[in-house]
Amino acid sequence: MADEHNSAGDETNRRDFLYLATGAFAAIGAANIAWPLIHQMNPDASVKALASIEVDLAAIETGQSITVTWRGKPVFIRRRTEGEIAEARSVAETDMPDPQNDIDRVQKDEWLVMVGICTHLGCVPLGQAGDFNGWFCPCHGSHYDTSGRIRKGPAPKNLEIPSYEFVGDSRIKIG
Amino acid sequence: MSGESTYNPSNGFTKWMDSRLPILRLAHDSFVDYPTPKNLNYWWTFGGILTFCLVTQIITGIILAMHYTPHVDFAFNSVEHIMRNVNYGWLIRYIHANGASMFFLAVYIHIFRGLYYGSYKAPREVLWILGVIIYLLMMAAAFMGYVLPWGQMSLWGATVITNLFGAIPVVGESVAIWLWGGYSIDNPTLNRFFSLHYLIPFLILGVVILHIWALHVPGNNNPVGISVKSKQDTVPFHPYYTVKDGFALTVFLILFAYFIFFAPNVLGHADNYIQANPLVTPAHIVPEWYLLPFYAILRAVPDKLGGVALMFGAIFILFLLPWLDTSKVRSARYRPLFRQFYALLVLDCLLLGYLGAQPAEGIYIVLARIGTIYYFAHFLVVLPVLGIVEKPKAVPESISEPVLGAQPAE
Amino acid sequence: MMTRFAFKAVLGAAIMALGLSAPAHAAGDAKAPAAMEWSFDGLFGTYDRDALRRGFQVYKEVCASCHSLNQIAFRNLSQAGGPEFSEAEVKAIAREYIVEDGPDDYGDMYERAALPRDKFPSPYPNENAARAANGGAYPPDLSLINKARGGGADYVHALLSGYEDAPEGVEMRPGLYYNPYMAGGKIAMPAPLLEELVEYSDGTPATVEQMSMDVTHFLNWTAEPELEQRKRIGFMVLIYLTIFAGLMFFSMRKIWADLH
Repeated sequence: MADEHNSAGDETNRRDFLYLATGAFAAIGAANIAWPLIHQMNPDASVKALASIEVDLAAIETGQSITVTWRGKPVFIRRRTEGEIAEARSVAETDMPDPQNDIDRVQKDEWLVMVGICTHLGCVPLGQAGDFNGWFCPCHGSHYDTSGRIRKGPAPKNLEIPSYEFVGDSRIKIG
Repeated sequence: MSGESTYNPSNGFTKWMDSRLPILRLAHDSFVDYPTPKNLNYWWTFGGILTFCLVTQIITGIILAMHYTPHVDFAFNSVEHIMRNVNYGWLIRYIHANGASMFFLAVYIHIFRGLYYGSYKAPREVLWILGVIIYLLMMAAAFMGYVLPWGQMSLWGATVITNLFGAIPVVGESVAIWLWGGYSIDNPTLNRFFSLHYLIPFLILGVVILHIWALHVPGNNNPVGISVKSKQDTVPFHPYYTVKDGFALTVFLILFAYFIFFAPNVLGHADNYIQANPLVTPAHIVPEWYLLPFYAILRAVPDKLGGVALMFGAIFILFLLPWLDTSKVRSARYRPLFRQFYALLVLDCLLLGYLGAQPAEGIYIVLARIGTIYYFAHFLVVLPVLGIVEKPKAVPESISEPVLGAQPAE
Repeated sequence: MMTRFAFKAVLGAAIMALGLSAPAHAAGDAKAPAAMEWSFDGLFGTYDRDALRRGFQVYKEVCASCHSLNQIAFRNLSQAGGPEFSEAEVKAIAREYIVEDGPDDYGDMYERAALPRDKFPSPYPNENAARAANGGAYPPDLSLINKARGGGADYVHALLSGYEDAPEGVEMRPGLYYNPYMAGGKIAMPAPLLEELVEYSDGTPATVEQMSMDVTHFLNWTAEPELEQRKRIGFMVLIYLTIFAGLMFFSMRKIWADLH
């Protein structure tokens, strides 16, 4: 089926295919060796093993807070007073920079658990301070309320709620 | 770099660039259109393989340094951390550790190729000397790298080698203490070795660039050892030698991969998986395999200073090689007598390597002395005399002639 | 001609590279350990999960009273390529151990049950305490023992199961025991394994041979936890490189064919 003319074309095609296959194979190899070289900078197995912690809440009185370290960041755990809860629930969310209902930010009304990192530029806010009796970030003047929501200042978001669960009446697992 | 540049910038950007920083012209003339003798065999592919080895060591080394801790209390465990916790850490470390051995395997083939084909002779003396400098830097880097995991062989190998400097008359002890930053190998030593181990590969890279520059001025030597006479004798580097080097590299990688994945510790020493202990010396202290011939020479001499002097002499004699070999013919193909002595030198180096791993006693010492004597005699006596007494075979007219002769027309 | 000489050189170098570590390993007058069949040997080697679990039991009930396992965390027991206990099992295993933590809010160190992220606690607080408790001998950490001894798994197995009565004329100091696989023949560790010393939960008869094979298997995993992944990737890499070398070879042939 191949006359003179076509066989020359076949030869060229076969050659192009060979070069293409070789090039493609080289690219596959390069991509596969690149991944370990990149992935090595991701959190390693020992770091991931520390990714969740359990905290005993029994010793915390109403109106007290503790700070624990989780993934190298401070986590505020506050046992809120009735007054603080009422205050957090009495305001309308609509005119907040990052509207969110207090009920959506806690699992049990008393316990507020959140990452203590200002959503502006990463400083650690001070507790029971600021215009809204919540938290105040001294770096650039962000005011958070008793639910940890941003009310005033440059921060764009409410203080982050980590994923956590109660593993007993007075014990939580963060992460 | 030699001859006229054939680079022709094709678009606006490359033209603009070419009149400002002609780096693309340099790359084109050095690695694309560089005229290369068309008769290079596979022994010539090791230059490319060595470049690959250097780049691999630098990349994996930079990565390991991200996870390693150069402190006597943490170094050993941080290496195990790399092996166990870091994502693909075991792979990167095994590439780096076995990569050192592969690097030396390739460099020995490269050096012995140069010895066989007379690649050190005029006008390539500077090229050869730069190569010996690279080899010296490689040994320094490898030695200091072996100390970093802080195993038993790290500590005791470093102790033995640094004690060599104590052999220097008068100032020896002060030099050793200066190297250690203390009174034995300890944390300051580990810290400075880490720093220098990180530095040296970049020095090697710099000398490699000079090495390639010095190669591209006279152009490659080749298996017949006669200079390029016409364009007929050469082909452009790309694609002819890029693909040939690429093929050889891939085959080399099969061996490399075998070691990494299936025998990652065969080339190392079991004692280095025991954390360094300054109170207990291992039964046998042996350096890595690629330093064994020199270790044999060191131990062949009953005198401390003499052993050290001969060991360094064994390397420094290579600097003088271009002037010790008096023969005008480059390639061993046309030097029947030289070829016999060359084979003897190869066997001698292998023997010394074997002896370096044996205990320094009895027959081993005797053999090591004979081996050492031949090693020096080869360079200091055989090569100068051979050039005068040997009657070389007829050398072909040009590179093209034997190539065509070897392949009769179909 | 030159190829022959040069080939010899390369071959010699390769033999040297492969063979040289051997003579250096054969320390002194020790008996050469028998080569055993290990499932983790070879191109496709993998660990035997049951052997790993039994071996862990031997470590836990026998070795751990003197030997630490510093590099291993409880969580490693559930990772792929190891004994692969479930996470719940690992939590339960960890709970059996007490580790020191702290300082607490008052600055005191306190003890608590271990968690999966903790490493196996050492039986002794430091080397001096270990030596004091063992007549001056230091029971080595076992995490890397199979890599840290020439002969690897074969050696560890031979040592554990190879205790003998001292031959005529060999004087044994109290506190030293005769073992032909140990360099010098004298070892400070008394024979650690006795028939039926542990009761395997899977019903395997606990002979000395069985226990020494199992614990050696386990210790090979602690030394090379990456082994299964390494060999799996390695096999794919070899296949890839072989095909790629073929492609490069034919590309090279085509390119060089153009020359004539």
